[in-house]
Amino acid sequence: MLKQLRIFLLIIILTLGAGFVALPNEFALRFNFRDFHLDKQVVKPPVDFNFLGRRIAPRWELKRGLDIQGGMQVVLQANMSEIAVADRELALESAKEIILRRVDMFGINEPLVQTAVRGEDYRIIVELAGISDSAQALQLVGQTAQLEFKLQNQEKASSPAATSSALAWLGTFEETGLTGKQLKRSTVQFDQNTGEPIISLEFDSEGTKLFADITKDNVGGVLAIFLDGFPITTPTINSPILTGTAQLSGNFDVESAKQLNIQLSAGALPVPIQVLEQRNIGASLGQQSVQDSIRAGLVGIGLVMLFMILYYGLRGVLASLALVVYSILTLATYKILGVTLTLPGIAGLLLSIGMAVDANILIFERMKEELRANKPFAHALELGFGRSWDSIKDANLATIMTALVLINPLNFNFLNTSGLVRGFGVTLLIGVLISLFTGVIVTRTFLRLFLKK
Amino acid sequence: MKFKPLYFAISLCFLVPGIISLLVFGLKPAIDFTGGSLIELSGEGLQDNREEIKEQIGDLYEISSVQKSGENQIIIRGKEINNETKDGVIAKLEEKYGEIEEKRFGTVGPTLGKELLIKTLTAIVIVSGIITLYVWKQFSELKYGVSAILAMFHDSLILLGAFSLLGHFYGVEVDVLFVTALLTTLSFSIHDTIVVFDRIRELRHRNQRLNLEQVVSAAVIETLSRSINNSVTIILMLLALVLIGGESIRWFAVALLIGAITGTYSSTFTAAPLLLLWESVRKKFKNRG
Repeated sequence: MLKQLRIFLLIIILTLGAGFVALPNEFALRFNFRDFHLDKQVVKPPVDFNFLGRRIAPRWELKRGLDIQGGMQVVLQANMSEIAVADRELALESAKEIILRRVDMFGINEPLVQTAVRGEDYRIIVELAGISDSAQALQLVGQTAQLEFKLQNQEKASSPAATSSALAWLGTFEETGLTGKQLKRSTVQFDQNTGEPIISLEFDSEGTKLFADITKDNVGGVLAIFLDGFPITTPTINSPILTGTAQLSGNFDVESAKQLNIQLSAGALPVPIQVLEQRNIGASLGQQSVQDSIRAGLVGIGLVMLFMILYYGLRGVLASLALVVYSILTLATYKILGVTLTLPGIAGLLLSIGMAVDANILIFERMKEELRANKPFAHALELGFGRSWDSIKDANLATIMTALVLINPLNFNFLNTSGLVRGFGVTLLIGVLISLFTGVIVTRTFLRLFLKK
Repeated sequence: MKFKPLYFAISLCFLVPGIISLLVFGLKPAIDFTGGSLIELSGEGLQDNREEIKEQIGDLYEISSVQKSGENQIIIRGKEINNETKDGVIAKLEEKYGEIEEKRFGTVGPTLGKELLIKTLTAIVIVSGIITLYVWKQFSELKYGVSAILAMFHDSLILLGAFSLLGHFYGVEVDVLFVTALLTTLSFSIHDTIVVFDRIRELRHRNQRLNLEQVVSAAVIETLSRSINNSVTIILMLLALVLIGGESIRWFAVALLIGAITGTYSSTFTAAPLLLLWESVRKKFKNRG
């Protein structure tokens, strides 16, 4: 008995904790009863503490998928015909970096930019939430990167106006005619003496000549490298370089050197991109669907509970309570794991709620049978649980495996990677796993504690 | 299990029209699989002038259909186009009909559609393969496995047939989500069948004297209320989603609903009778030989 009570307390604590996580960060509390009026904006106290020297401040936000908040998804094909096979991975990575950089500058929230290589096909998948002007967004994404070498004008740079604003400072750089076109490749290397990472640039014959001219005349000057109109590095010319191979050294760590190399490679290995697939979803469509689906879900849960209570009486009440625990735990799990909620995901959630009572029904029916066979109540209860467990476990395994194929967690190329399908799979999987816990352990504890006869 | 022929007859009532429709009309694949474009627009006067719209923008791109969708909304389908052409189409229509809201736009290249088709077929093969292996492992006797898988096919066929009919009469398309619903149906189907078969096995162990027919009947009766009750809860949930849920996942919910209903029916009224049929056919062969 004491053990049951302890499990019960654990379940309560778990549910309360999950309830806290599941609560929105800010919500309105309204309640009117005769003379009693409550209208308050409740702000959830933020979780922010230090544990073993690490700051823990989870945000716990329910991420909304593109189909809910509206936006644009584009699948781009990178044309690699001009790029040597060995350089293709780097070129793709560079193209991705460029896109990420541009959409970041454009101020798009949480852009998703992924690469996918499938045989000879090199692709970039871009998801931009909340975009309404698709033409502008496409321009942002589809343009090939512009890499330029610009020399700082000493006179302009020394005038006080140059430091007054960023724009004025940018104005001190002048075109040299040297661009990404003349850059053959960029690689990360390590200085043989110091062991520090350096970046080595290699120019073609035209570039070698141009670079030699620039460096000969401007020792001590600043030759900045601009990407899409913004400087990514501003090295100083130490000595004239006539060989066509330059080295950028400085205070790089390996990570920043890699990053710079990827950006430089975007200029050296420009890949034309072409739109393979595009999907725009208007925000209003998703919003309406979400509201409708949530309402449908609430009606559905109400009906399921009503059915359970009408059919199973007090046990149905306990099963409904377990269902409430289930819903709270599920929502909290979504937030903690950062599940992106899509419309099919909501369908998966509702479906899993419908399935969550399955374990209860199996157990209750089994109990009825044992009771009919004149077994004492406590005995029937335990037998009901014991005998049903095998069926429950066997039956749910099939759903778990199907969900795993849909989620494709290992990113197999031969399986689907569509966000919608995954969204459904993820909510279905989480639903089934949690329902195993609430349907069996939670309900059993409730029954053992509250049902005596 | 006296009414075995009746159960098979009911199944056939649902299977035959679907299969005929599949053979005659086939399925209506969405642009996900075929490639092409889809524009959903909302604006006054669009719905009543669908024929004119076809002509007005026909020179901009190749249109296959202009359909009504929601209130004041139309869906234009056609060949794959780019964003610029789409904007051109909307601009041209706005000249005529006033302000138009772009609800949804999608364009898929033909290669990508083909790829997706292969991917989804692979997923179907993998899921049914895993389930077959699993049933085989669970019920080492061949007849259980074969009956469970036949029941699974039964459910898939009914779902496919239903969507073939829906596609022909209501223009419902088969997209990636439909395939997802199909896969979920497979697991539903096996989920319920396993519960029934588990019970048959258990009863056989406990009552060695009863013959298979008696055991199957007893098991079906014992699990029937559970099967029905469980389906009722799932159906309540899905029905709510179909009737008042979001527009954009309506047909997905319908597919899941059909899958849930046929999945429940088939485990009790298809898989279990098939088990008996298998046994009686086997006996006949034995007696003859």
